[in-house]
Amino acid sequence: MKNIKTYLSTVAITAMLAMPASAETFKFAYQGDAQGLDPHSLNETFTLGLLGSVYEGLTKYNSNLELQPALATSWETTSPTTWKIALRKGVKFHNGNDFNADDVIFSWQRSLTEGSDQKVRGGMITGIEKTDDHNIIVTTAGPLPVIMQEMTFLYIMDKEWSEANGAAESGNVKNVNDPGYATSNANGTGPFSIVERQPGVRTIMERFDGYWDTDIPSNVTRVEFTPVKEAATRVAALISEQLDLVYPVPVQDWSRLDDAAGVRPLAGPEARTIFLGMDQARDELLHSSVKGKNPFKDIRVRQAFAHAINLDVIDEKVMRGAATPTGLMVAPQINGFVSAMNTPYAYDPAKSKALLTEAGYGDGFTVTMDCPNNRYVNDEKICQAVTSLLAKVGITVDLLAQPKAKYFGKVLAQGGYDTSFYLLGWTPGSIDAHNVYQNLLSCQNADKKLGAFNLGNYCNARITEITDLIGSETDQAKRQALIEEGFKLVQDEVGYLPLHQQPLSWGASDRVTVSQRADNVLDLRTVVIGK
Amino acid sequence: MLTFIAKRMIQSVLVMIAVGLITFALLRFVGDPISNMVGQDTSTAEREELKEALGLNDPFVIQFANFAKNAVKGEFGLSYTLRVPVSQLLSERIPATLELSILSALLALFIGMPMGIYTAIHKDSWLTKLFLSSSLVGVSLPTFLIGILLILLFGVMFRWLPTFGRGEVVDLGWWSTGLLTWSGIKSLILPTITLAIFQLTLIMRLVRAEMLEVLRTDYIKFGRARGLSMKSIHYRHALKNTLIPVITITGLQLGSIIAFALITESVFQWPGMGLLFIQAIGNADVPIMAAYLVLIAFIFVAINLLVDILYVVLDPRLRTTVGD
Repeated sequence: MKNIKTYLSTVAITAMLAMPASAETFKFAYQGDAQGLDPHSLNETFTLGLLGSVYEGLTKYNSNLELQPALATSWETTSPTTWKIALRKGVKFHNGNDFNADDVIFSWQRSLTEGSDQKVRGGMITGIEKTDDHNIIVTTAGPLPVIMQEMTFLYIMDKEWSEANGAAESGNVKNVNDPGYATSNANGTGPFSIVERQPGVRTIMERFDGYWDTDIPSNVTRVEFTPVKEAATRVAALISEQLDLVYPVPVQDWSRLDDAAGVRPLAGPEARTIFLGMDQARDELLHSSVKGKNPFKDIRVRQAFAHAINLDVIDEKVMRGAATPTGLMVAPQINGFVSAMNTPYAYDPAKSKALLTEAGYGDGFTVTMDCPNNRYVNDEKICQAVTSLLAKVGITVDLLAQPKAKYFGKVLAQGGYDTSFYLLGWTPGSIDAHNVYQNLLSCQNADKKLGAFNLGNYCNARITEITDLIGSETDQAKRQALIEEGFKLVQDEVGYLPLHQQPLSWGASDRVTVSQRADNVLDLRTVVIGK
Repeated sequence: MLTFIAKRMIQSVLVMIAVGLITFALLRFVGDPISNMVGQDTSTAEREELKEALGLNDPFVIQFANFAKNAVKGEFGLSYTLRVPVSQLLSERIPATLELSILSALLALFIGMPMGIYTAIHKDSWLTKLFLSSSLVGVSLPTFLIGILLILLFGVMFRWLPTFGRGEVVDLGWWSTGLLTWSGIKSLILPTITLAIFQLTLIMRLVRAEMLEVLRTDYIKFGRARGLSMKSIHYRHALKNTLIPVITITGLQLGSIIAFALITESVFQWPGMGLLFIQAIGNADVPIMAAYLVLIAFIFVAINLLVDILYVVLDPRLRTTVGD
């Protein structure tokens, strides 16, 4: 009898020991937390990026931001405004329900409910018709070449689950009493399901056995995500092997990671372009020593600024050589980018001074610059460098660097675009130049939802026209020609001063391999843990 | 006595109202929460609508009245960024903060007091000099730096202790504790030391000063003249009289330990109320900030009220003067 007991416990122990061999836990940290689990209530990169392992859209991006089929297997246009989309068969939600056309229609309708922050994406579609359980026809208001790109971040939810749990409408931040069931519960089709979540503390995911794509590289079975606010704490936890991956890592800590055993910095260019903008609309600048006129309306002054800022110095001194100086408002990963036009304005302080003298500002002038200090990589330091570079040509910059909550409250529309000169960064969510035209390049027009982030209202009617045209042009060659025409206008008129693409900066343990996506999304499908 | 307590209670309520008002007025300057609540593609009109719906466009007085009305009921709304009721967030986080604060206070008390007594009795020993000079470090180094140094030493170099989070916690009803698991206890060590160091040096210096004072008094001299043993004089007679002010200060300090735990919490990613508050500042998450500040004010006011009442109970001399 005793022997049997011993034998049984040996079996039990062997079984327990056998498990960890196939179980791989991946622990990672980011500087903040996802703002709830509802896939429609916030359109923000980190939240959607984290949820991208739990939920899926019709399409997805691979490691190089190229469009791939996900819940849709193929699509074609049957007319400029209709798309015939075939849906994947045999896909299951985490609760075991089947994925079908009703879920797509439901999710689209849900993205248009009051609390949704995905109305822009959902609104591109005017109707979805179900042909059968796995075929749909999508109608758009006008021709919309980027619709399938936009669908990557419009995640599909289970109709039955959502309705059964009272989550048929998107979670709504305006509703102060009820965050919504889907804000703290999730049921997607992705490779990982949420098993525990304590907002701001930790989120635990486990591998979903029924995931349709059995070819993903990841061997991770359990994911522990912790938001860690302090960069120093994050880096220390990585070096001491308590975490497998952390991001972002301060650029100045790269050498520490290089020196430490078992960890490495992971760097690459992010698809985010950092640039400076100038108020070109008001007749008198709000914050400047020049009264009665607006110096930025004079193209010579804008040129002078462009030639006074040394992008290489900013890259070397502030960004430790990790940035990519740029002449365009879009990054190489973005559809529409032209490398031939990406040459920055030449650094030429003598020319800059001459231009200022010619424009009547030989003695320089003073202008206030708005800058965030906790939004982009080394944002405040970039502004300080710009300040000292401009000082060399006689421009005095009063730098107003503030936390992002204060900064955005001041410079964005709700603050009345209260800025004369500012630093901003932009990644087009659709990975297409049209988004940049729409938000940054075309003239401000609140009714048409144009130029909302064109804070200085740089305005050229032809560019607004181009924005409209590329929004609906389906001929790729014609579309590209229009995009380039607009880029040339912006460059010639010095509408903006592009600085660089900021670097992605992650730190990872040597036993982890992962693809670093240029939109700073960690795709858990690509995480492989070695021995 | 009852009138005294009633008077103090009314004063406390007034203090709470004043704190609420000041807090609320200050929170208007933390920035714009809207841009953290919506994506970059959200239209200006929708942003404006959200601002309106959250009542951020209402006049100050109305905003404050709404806030106060809900605060009295213990409702602080929904966190703007974590999208969870603030009262739920706070009740989840309180155990972490209290566990850390109370352990730190105990650590400070049980190490600081013996050190204080020792340095008072052995005024010229080399150990006293060591204690006193190293206590200067404890007083002058910022908590943030001490935390980072401990992390580098015990986390990164020696790899003995975890440097962030609480480890595994065990739920006992609504209370979560890290004291029942090995990883929870290990996770407590570094933050507890970091938070305790300042208080420890404070208590040590306080005990030393009080003790030196007491040792100079007449009754100690008489005690020695009577031939009592030095041990009995130091530990029975002198220490007892030293402790009264020490206990008062320590009690009052508990409030500031809880409040200032936020720096330690952010260094060690300790999921307490302070960390919640710091994260909220970055996102202009007004409901969390308001609730935290009011709660901290409440803790301070409650501790002070308790101390005041205890004084009257303990010290008969006070009773006669405030009795009527």
